Amino acid sequence: MSKEREKGMSLIVKSVTRLTVGLVLLYGIYIVLHGHVSPGGGFAGGVILALAFINLVLAFGKETALRKVPESVQASLECTGALLFLAVALLGFAGGYFFFNILPKGHLFDLLSAGIIPVCNIAIGLKVSAGLFSVFLVVVLLDVGREKT
Amino acid sequence: MIALYVVLALMILGAIVAIETRNLLSSVVALGAVGLGFALICLLLQAPDVAITQLVVEILTVIILIRATLGRDYAGMTTGSNYLSGLVGIVFVVVLFGVAYHVLQTFPGFGQPLMRVSSDYLERAAAETGAANVVAAILLDFRAYDTLGEATVLFTAVIGVLAVARRVGRKTIESGEGARGE
Repeated sequence: MSKEREKGMSLIVKSVTRLTVGLVLLYGIYIVLHGHVSPGGGFAGGVILALAFINLVLAFGKETALRKVPESVQASLECTGALLFLAVALLGFAGGYFFFNILPKGHLFDLLSAGIIPVCNIAIGLKVSAGLFSVFLVVVLLDVGREKT
Repeated sequence: MIALYVVLALMILGAIVAIETRNLLSSVVALGAVGLGFALICLLLQAPDVAITQLVVEILTVIILIRATLGRDYAGMTTGSNYLSGLVGIVFVVVLFGVAYHVLQTFPGFGQPLMRVSSDYLERAAAETGAANVVAAILLDFRAYDTLGEATVLFTAVIGVLAVARRVGRKTIESGEGARGE
């Protein structure tokens, strides 16, 4: 029945996923944080983070993955990302106008440079990853229109 | 430059295969090939930010499409073969290409952009924003308002999908609980 399909994939896939999903998460965080130094940024890094969680769902089944990141946590992460982006934009009013770059600029190629750009990248990364993971769960969890034989 | 045209021809071939094949899974795989070809073209045209984003979004799209079409079985679509509609389509395409040819003559050549605003951004980006990546500086400092619009669009799309699917899911649970027996 559908119970065996819900449990996930074979033992090889589960072992490899256990070894590599942390590395994929680390790579996604690297792309988000270094958005102002090397190519990438918030959108690409957010999609990579969502792909790490999707890897968990595909390899272990959705119940095990949902125990790691429950749905309420995803919803609050996405809203936190959007509100953080808006808050940083509104803080620009303290310097002059909307979206003014108020944090210190630092040296070129440093990790803590370029004012509000790393903070905006983190906010966008949170939003994109949580949003895309929710959309994927909706597609997987709801067998809408599937004819059971 | 020859590699660009080879990848472009492969993309067009993949798109034709995606439309004309009958098996849904082959069609999704051909769509994945089109997306990967576009990521290669972005690398050949020296745009690594776009290439990274296109690659990961294409992988995500292929995963979602395969998962969504796994149980279904569309056994071939019967297209309405009407000669008048085909003729109108061909006339429209010919008129459109004629007009587009005359308009496209006024553009600068491929690979020699005008760069009236972007040369200004290239000079000022490192000094004024402190970011080494000019694309990030333009997206999040010079044109941050457009990024706010894009973030709002993504948020609204996700909320829209969740709202629609949650209502359908509740109906499925209410009506199909006895039938499914799960």
